[in-house]
Amino acid sequence: MDATYEYLVWLLPGAAQWPAWLVVTIITALPALACFTFMAMGPLIYVYAERKVSAFMQDRIGPNRVGPVGLLQTLADTIKLLFKEAIFPKKVDRKLFVLAPLLVNVGAFMPFLVIPWGGRLQPADLNVGVFYVVAIASLSTVGIIMAGWASNNKYSLFGAMRSAAQIVSYEIPTMMVLLVPVMIVGSLSLKDITEAQYGGLSNWFLFRYFPIMPVAFVVFFVAGLAETNRAPFDIPEAESELVAGFHTEYSGFFFACFFMAEYTEMFVLSATASVLFLGGYLAPHPALQYPHLPFVGPVPMGWFWLWFKAWSLVFVMMWLRWTLPRSRVDQLMHIAWKVLLPIALVLVVVVGGLVLWPATAGGFFWDRWVAWPLTGLLFAFLLYVMVRALQWNRRRARELAA
Amino acid sequence: MRQWFKDVWEGFFTVLVGMRITWRHLFTYPVTLQYPTVKWPLPPKSRMRLFMKFEDCIGCGQCVRACPVNCISLKAEKRPADAPPIWAANGQPIKLHVAVFDIDMSLCCYCNLCTYPCPTNCIYMTPEYEFATSDLTQHLYRFAKKDAVFITEDPRKKAAAAAPAEAPASPAPPAKPAGGVA
Repeated sequence: MDATYEYLVWLLPGAAQWPAWLVVTIITALPALACFTFMAMGPLIYVYAERKVSAFMQDRIGPNRVGPVGLLQTLADTIKLLFKEAIFPKKVDRKLFVLAPLLVNVGAFMPFLVIPWGGRLQPADLNVGVFYVVAIASLSTVGIIMAGWASNNKYSLFGAMRSAAQIVSYEIPTMMVLLVPVMIVGSLSLKDITEAQYGGLSNWFLFRYFPIMPVAFVVFFVAGLAETNRAPFDIPEAESELVAGFHTEYSGFFFACFFMAEYTEMFVLSATASVLFLGGYLAPHPALQYPHLPFVGPVPMGWFWLWFKAWSLVFVMMWLRWTLPRSRVDQLMHIAWKVLLPIALVLVVVVGGLVLWPATAGGFFWDRWVAWPLTGLLFAFLLYVMVRALQWNRRRARELAA
Repeated sequence: MRQWFKDVWEGFFTVLVGMRITWRHLFTYPVTLQYPTVKWPLPPKSRMRLFMKFEDCIGCGQCVRACPVNCISLKAEKRPADAPPIWAANGQPIKLHVAVFDIDMSLCCYCNLCTYPCPTNCIYMTPEYEFATSDLTQHLYRFAKKDAVFITEDPRKKAAAAAPAEAPASPAPPAKPAGGVA
């Protein structure tokens, strides 16, 4: 907020003399407006990306009729949804029915408040940032249960109850694993956590205490997937069992709200995971943080790096969705209580001990040797599979021609 | 305990294996055919919509008898004695006036049996398959024409006059291949 105030004064020098209420309104409303616009535009891209990624993974083309390569498809869908009639079934609880999608959206959008996009690009640097994110993100569950209850429909209620069970189960490993980076830094502020990872790829928490933190990252990611109700944990809206789960009865704008919330939650989870494990807005190498461009000078790239990392994780979520079949309810509970929770508990204890022991307080000595080779290996493998796929393409094209 | 670790590792690793497969498919060409703009090449002799060239029909009714589902309805009567003689393209004289020749494509079973007995090869199946309509009665194709222009000169005599030296022995020009258009 201070940054916004300084920017305002720099932009309009007279603002320093304005009444306090006006200045406060402006400097709180402007970032909020900017954030909300940014976030609300997000799902347009996520939905398009999801459809394209799913299409390519299934050897299809995907949307390609509206606009160049189908880029305006989501816009057309949004307009269609907004202009559709919002149908209220006869026996729904109208108040809750209307309130539910809004509440889900609140839970999805509010965490953006504390996500740092750069040194000072953060709407509010709360000292309880991580706690705030988790607490607010759980609000959307209330919305989901509300939607299921208000719909007065057994499938909706099934979906809502499943969602509740799922969130209650997965909150616990998530919180446990969240403790791990928090213990290393000693702060709940997302900005402090980011800054503690300064120094390039090898200092990211993903590679701290080498074989331990990657496990923590995987646990957090899997639990987060379940918390955002994404496949393979999308049993609250399992269409093969529950029509569409908690949003079966919704149409038009309210349905669009649920859709928007789901994709925003995806992004929030990815951004949080990036901040906690992948260095947030920090570049893989410190030289890339403020790259000096000819004639332009240093360019702040923090926003790009967070955006890039979060998008990579969103892509991984889509990737998983189109790889794995939906898990059963019992499998889901098994994963939460018998796999993720023990691992998370052990992680908390082990990392807690390592942080307290002076010799390993800053990580193992081999940590900085693993980061780059491992990342290189990962990308090399992906590249190798990609090249093989392209070769396969060429072979198939030859076969078709013959 | 060992089993637990084994299961967890197996669960994790098999996910990675699956992800590798989908990653590979991310870069393979789509198999989608953009249908209305791009179409599969049809196999030769594809049997789609029936067509009848009315000018060549001699009204013999063999196709009607061959049809297993009775989708062809034909009504023919003798041409008046003073009418000018007309011929089909392969030289068969047309003795009957075909008043009605309807094919109901909604009944047709695409068996191709009607095309074999046709002495003039005037009925055949085309590769045209996009004839969906919103009204079933539009599948009734009426082939009888009021304003048909027939051949009024014997094609066999004409051919013989055009090429007497080349092929004096063969009376008829080679007929159209039965059944299909590639």
